[in-house]
Formats: sequence, C-alpha cells, structure tokens
Amino acid sequence: MSYLAVEDLSISFGGIRAVDHVSFDVEEGEVFAIIGPNGAGKTTLFNLVSGIYFPDGGSVRFAGRDITSLPAHRIAPLGLARTFQNIELFEHATVLQNLLIGRHVHRRSSALSHLLFLPAVRREELEHRRRVEDVIDLLELAHYREQRIANLPYGVRKVVEVGRALCLEPKLLLLDEPTSGLNPEESEDMGFWIEDINRDLGVTVVMVAHDMGLVSRVAGRVLALNEGRVIAEGSPAEVQKNPAVVDAYLGAD
Amino acid sequence: MRFLFKTHYNQDIDHLKHGGDRFWYGLLLVLAAAAPAALGTFYLGELNLVMIYAIAGVGLMLLVGYTGQVSLGHAAFLAIGAYTHSLLLGAGLPFLLSIVAAVLVSALVGAGVGWIALRMTGIYLAIATLAFAMLTEQTISRAEWLTGGFRGLAVPQASLFGMPLTQGWQHYYVTLTLLVVTLLAALNILRSSTGRAMVAIRDSEISAESVGINLAVYKTLAFALSAGITGLAGALFAHRLGYLSPDAFTFLISLQLLLMVVVGGVGSMRGVIYGALFIGFLPQLLAIARDTLPPQIAQAPGLEPGIFGLILVLVILFEPQGIFGRWLKIKSYFQLFPLYRRATHRRQKTYLRTERLR
Repeated sequence: MSYLAVEDLSISFGGIRAVDHVSFDVEEGEVFAIIGPNGAGKTTLFNLVSGIYFPDGGSVRFAGRDITSLPAHRIAPLGLARTFQNIELFEHATVLQNLLIGRHVHRRSSALSHLLFLPAVRREELEHRRRVEDVIDLLELAHYREQRIANLPYGVRKVVEVGRALCLEPKLLLLDEPTSGLNPEESEDMGFWIEDINRDLGVTVVMVAHDMGLVSRVAGRVLALNEGRVIAEGSPAEVQKNPAVVDAYLGAD
Repeated sequence: MRFLFKTHYNQDIDHLKHGGDRFWYGLLLVLAAAAPAALGTFYLGELNLVMIYAIAGVGLMLLVGYTGQVSLGHAAFLAIGAYTHSLLLGAGLPFLLSIVAAVLVSALVGAGVGWIALRMTGIYLAIATLAFAMLTEQTISRAEWLTGGFRGLAVPQASLFGMPLTQGWQHYYVTLTLLVVTLLAALNILRSSTGRAMVAIRDSEISAESVGINLAVYKTLAFALSAGITGLAGALFAHRLGYLSPDAFTFLISLQLLLMVVVGGVGSMRGVIYGALFIGFLPQLLAIARDTLPPQIAQAPGLEPGIFGLILVLVILFEPQGIFGRWLKIKSYFQLFPLYRRATHRRQKTYLRTERLR
C-alpha cells in the first residue's frame, strides 16, 4: 500500500471534466511532481486530495486511511499540509501569527482555558513559539517576523506560506506551484528548501510545477496531466521526452 | 522611538509589553477608580454608560473585527441579557449568579444564531442578524406573560454581598470591574489559538480550513462569545434603564453598536474604548447641535439614525481604521518626525487574487 494512493479520481464542473479518472501513487519519503499545461487539472487535483472539493468518483487514501470524503479541516490533523498557487495567507496578521495559526492542529487546551489564560496555556504557547522559531530559522524569515503579510513582497509571502504549512509538522506536503512568480534566485532557494524539507525533515512532498528545471532537480518521479487525464508518468527525463507530453505543451504537428 | 530588546518569548505573550505600557495603563486604572470622587452624578452616570457600551463593543469587536462576521442584530443580545437578568433577579437569584445566567443564556442564543447563520457571509449575514433582532423585539413585546410586553418590566433593585446597589458610584465600580474582566478575557482569547483561529477565518476561510480549523465550530464559538459578552452589557444596561420595554432595544441600538466598532477602529480592542466614548457623548453633541439648527431640520424624524449612518459611511470611506488608526498615524508622525510620509500607512493593493476559491 503506498503512502498516498489516488485511484480513479474524477470531478466535473458543469460539462467540463476537470479531472478524469486520474490514478497515481506516491511513496513515503519521495518528491513527486505533477506537471501539465494551464487548465490541465493540477490544482483541482490538489483541491480534491486536500478535501476542498469532493470528487464525483474515485478515492484518495493517505497513510492507509480513506480520506476521500473528509473535509479539509479533518485532513490537516492527519499530517497533510498544503500551499496555494495564488497565496492564501492571513493578510492582516503578522508572519509570526500566520505561522502560529499553522500550529492549530497541535493545540491541546480548550477555549475555556484560553479565556482565563491558565499557566498550562502559557506553557503551550511557549512550546508553539519554539516550534515556529525552528521554521523561521529554516526558512530565514527572522527579518520579517513582526511584519504584516499585506506589507511583504510577493517572494517572501510565498516562503511564509511554505512555512505555515511546515508548522503543521506534516508528513505529506502539497505545494501548489511553489516557484510561480519568483525570480531565478528565489526559485533556486525554494528548490533547496524543498530538498531540505524532504531530506532533513523527512516530509513526503507532492508539488505542482511549471518550472522543469526545478522538477528535474528535486523530483524523483513526475506525473504529466493534460485536459484532466494522465498522459505520462516516470522519471523527469523520461517524461520530458515523452511524445504525448511534448504534444501537450507545444501542440501536435 | 522605542526599541524593545526581547530576551524571552513571554515578552510577546504578555499583555503589557514594557514599562511604558505598565505606567500608562496603571495610571488609566487609577484615574478610572478615582473618577467618582471628581465627577458629578450626571457625568459619572454617562461614564458608566460609556463603559457598558464598551463591554458590548468588546463582544461585537470579537465578532466583527476579529472573526469578520457582520452583525446588525446585537441589540437582541443586549435585550436578552437585560431581560434574563431582570427576571432572574426578580425571582430572587443573587446579583452575581443572575449576571452569570444572563451571560450564559445570551451565549446559548448566540451559538444558535451563529450555527444557523454558518453558510451566510457579508450582506446576507447582516440581513439575517437584522431579522433575528426584529424577531427578538417582536417576541419580547408579544410574550406579555413573561416580559410584560409594552407595559414594561421594572428592574429589581440589586444588592451585592448584602449591600444594596442604590448609588451611582456603586454601579460605576461594578461596571468598571466587569469591563476590566471582560477586556482581559477577550485579550486572553486573542493571544491563544482560539483567537488566532478567529483571525484566520476573517482573513481567509479556505486556508483556515486547510490548517485544520473547523469553520463551523469557530464561527459558532465566536457568535456565542460575542453574544455572551453583549448579554453581560445588557444586564448592566438594565440597571441603567430601570424599566425595560421592547422599544429600548431597537435597530438604532444595533446600528450604534456597529458604529462604535467601526468608528473606534475595526480589529483593535483599544478602538472599542474610543468608539464607546464617541457613541456615549455623541447624543450630547447632537443635542447641542439641535439647539443651533433651524427647527425644520432639528425636529425632522429620523435625524439621529441618519447622522449615525452618515458617520458610518464617512469613516469607512476616509478612515477605515477608525479612531485607533488615526491615533497610530499621529503617533508615527511624531516618532518619525520629520520623516513621516503619508504613503507609510497607505493600504497596499493586492494582486494575483484572481483565482480565489470561494
């Protein structure tokens, strides 16, 4: 049984089959990339896996558990975190608060004890803060700690979003276009971080990417989608040479 | 400008961040405690009312400013708190127990409203809460066997620890204590994971869900908290009124509460206090203005709600951060003098949100 098993997943919006009988397996500890031209259904696939959409058919199993019909807030505590293509941060909060919100699944105290801010709550807060500081160190965000998201440049927001996902201490991380809109230098940094997250923190990574350079550097296996269907699967080099993939990107003769 | 050298994470958790905070808030507390000695009965009563508004404002701020859920029906929770408290007090319950019961009943009703309103946002939520407030007003006026309807309900004399509360200063101290307790409780919520979950829901529901926040639970909780605190204000408001009737809790009160939160500064607890001061003394200003206006305008029906609405619109247009935001700007003007630039506080436009889900 593989770590993340997607089987025969389908969803339609009106008459459009956004995801059409897609199946793939991700093994524990690997970096798995999903590529495809615009509108291929990559983000929709992520939304299906993370519980934001519910599929018309098929199933998603994560760590041996069927999560197909679980809503997003019940999937996150199982150890699955994600980022968004267009950045969905908490704009009017600081970087620190955003990362602390990422610790939500690890809370232990009740709302009633928060009202009184009992000593146990303070101890828990300090513990959360230490974990958050580890992430801040890893992603070099110390400089931005107290700044509001609304005042941050795009590249930093992208990193903060990865940081927030890491604060969940996930086992599986879904990254939706981690390098879109970043300059070459920032993209390179992001590539290194993905490698670190995978190798040092032992997090399995599934990412949607357009940047083939990044994919060939960090991903072990690649899945290519077009018009909601799987057209190729294999190592980055194999997939890049696959005629169906070349057609999808450049158009057939 | 003050630069804080932090040596422990506790410094970010504590309410009072540095010596300056401790000094000024301490001074404020001393002044508030000494006010009965310096102020006459009228102004003490007005200050008492301002603090009651402030308690209700804390409740509404948690909902509007921190969870991002609009309510145009908070007068209903004020009414529920006031009636529950008066009825239980009349039935012989001690003052403190009756207040706790009023808070719990309001919170329970609030949870119900929140739960029903889960799927509504923005203008639809505003309409739903408005409808709820009207329903409550109607129910109170029809349920004569319980509330006395329009004949009214006399609020029984309260006594605390065997001492009857008859004097203005006694009520003042009760309100002051409860305001401080409410503020501390609200700030405690905001510095823990419950408050952060509320902020998360305000800023992005979809990513709140993806980090494991149960929207239904936290929205309902925010409504319950907000309603409970407003119910507390209602219980105190009952003693201020002395005689309850449904027309004390009209739409105008809901609008006033919302105005307080917006004018004070959405998303700031200090803003609540500024807003309460503004709302508390606005009727006085209006009364003075009336004397100078020609009678055709001064006696026109609906002048007050009209002016409230106008202020609301103007504040949203020209100072969305309210009095608190203006204060921040003035403060940074002096801190950065002579380098202050208007652009420092200009709101950033957000791009790349075209494909927002929901």
